[in-house]
Amino acid sequence: MIAHTIFFYFFSIITVGSALMVIASKNTIHAVFFLILDFISVGCLFIMIGAEFLGMIMLIVYVGAVAVLFLFVVMMLNVAEQKQSWFRGLKSTHIPVGLIVSLVILSEILVVIGGWKYKANFISTDSIIIDSNFSNTHQLGSVLYTDYIYLFQIAGIILLLSMIGAIVLTYRKREGVKRQSYINQISRESKTSVEVVEVDFNTGVKIDD
Amino acid sequence: MINIELGHYLSLGGVIFLLGVVGIFLNRKNVIVILMSVELILLSVNINLVAFSTYSNEIAGQIFTFFILTVAAAEAAIGLAIIVSYYRNKGSIRVQDINEMKG
Repeated sequence: MIAHTIFFYFFSIITVGSALMVIASKNTIHAVFFLILDFISVGCLFIMIGAEFLGMIMLIVYVGAVAVLFLFVVMMLNVAEQKQSWFRGLKSTHIPVGLIVSLVILSEILVVIGGWKYKANFISTDSIIIDSNFSNTHQLGSVLYTDYIYLFQIAGIILLLSMIGAIVLTYRKREGVKRQSYINQISRESKTSVEVVEVDFNTGVKIDD
Repeated sequence: MINIELGHYLSLGGVIFLLGVVGIFLNRKNVIVILMSVELILLSVNINLVAFSTYSNEIAGQIFTFFILTVAAAEAAIGLAIIVSYYRNKGSIRVQDINEMKG
C-alpha cells in the first residue's frame, strides 16, 4: 500500500509538471516533448491502477502515433522561429476572461473534491479490486467484441473518415509532374494501341513517334 | 493522504483538465499548442474513466476510454491536416494572424 502511494505521487507530480510545461514552454518542440512525457507517465499510472492494456495502448497510440505526428508537423511547418513571449499582446481581451473562466473551473473542481467526503456511499473506495483469474486484456476483449461490437465498428468508421479527411485536406495537384492516369491505362484496347505492320524486306519499318 | 483512493485520481484528472483549459485561453503562440491542450483535456477524461472503472470494478469505463482514445487520434489527425493546409495558404499559424472570420 505504501508503494502504491509513493508511485502515485511520483507519476502524478511528473504528469502535472509536464502538463504545465506543455502550455508554458516557449518553444513548440519542447512542448511536444513534454506532451510525450505526460502521456508516458499517465500510461504508467494506468498500468499501476490495473488497466495495463490501456496503459500499453497509451504508449503505442499516443506516444507512437499522435505525439510523433505533432512533432512531424511542428518540424515541417518551421514554427520554432515564431516563438514569442506569452503576454506581449496585452491588449487582447482573451487573457482576463480566460483567467476568470479558469479560476471558476478551479473553484468548481475544489468544491467537487470537497463534497466528495459527503457523497452517497455507492462503492467502497478503499482498495483496488483486481481479479487475478482473468487478465485485463482478457476482460476487455470479452466485453468489447460482444456487448460493444457496434461501437467498435463505429470507431473503425471514424478512423476511416479521419484518414480520408486528412488526405483530402492536404492533397494538392502539382503542375509539371508526370503521373499515372489510371483511366487511360485501364481503358486502352488492343485495337487502338497495337498495329500490325507488313515489313518489307531490306527497308525496315518507319515508326512515327 | 497515505491511502490512495478514488479522489486522488479524480483530483489529478481535474488538475490536468484545468491546465488544458488554461493552455487554450492563455496561448499566444501557434495553433498546434491549442491542439495539444485539447489532447491534455481528453487525457484527463481518460484518467477519470479509468479510475472509476477500477475502483468500482466495472470494465465499461475502460471500454469508453478506448473509444475516447480513438476519437482523440482521429481529431489530432484532422486538426493537424487543417493546420498544414492553412499554413500552406497563409504562411503562418500564429493565433493573432488567424482572424479571417473576425471572431
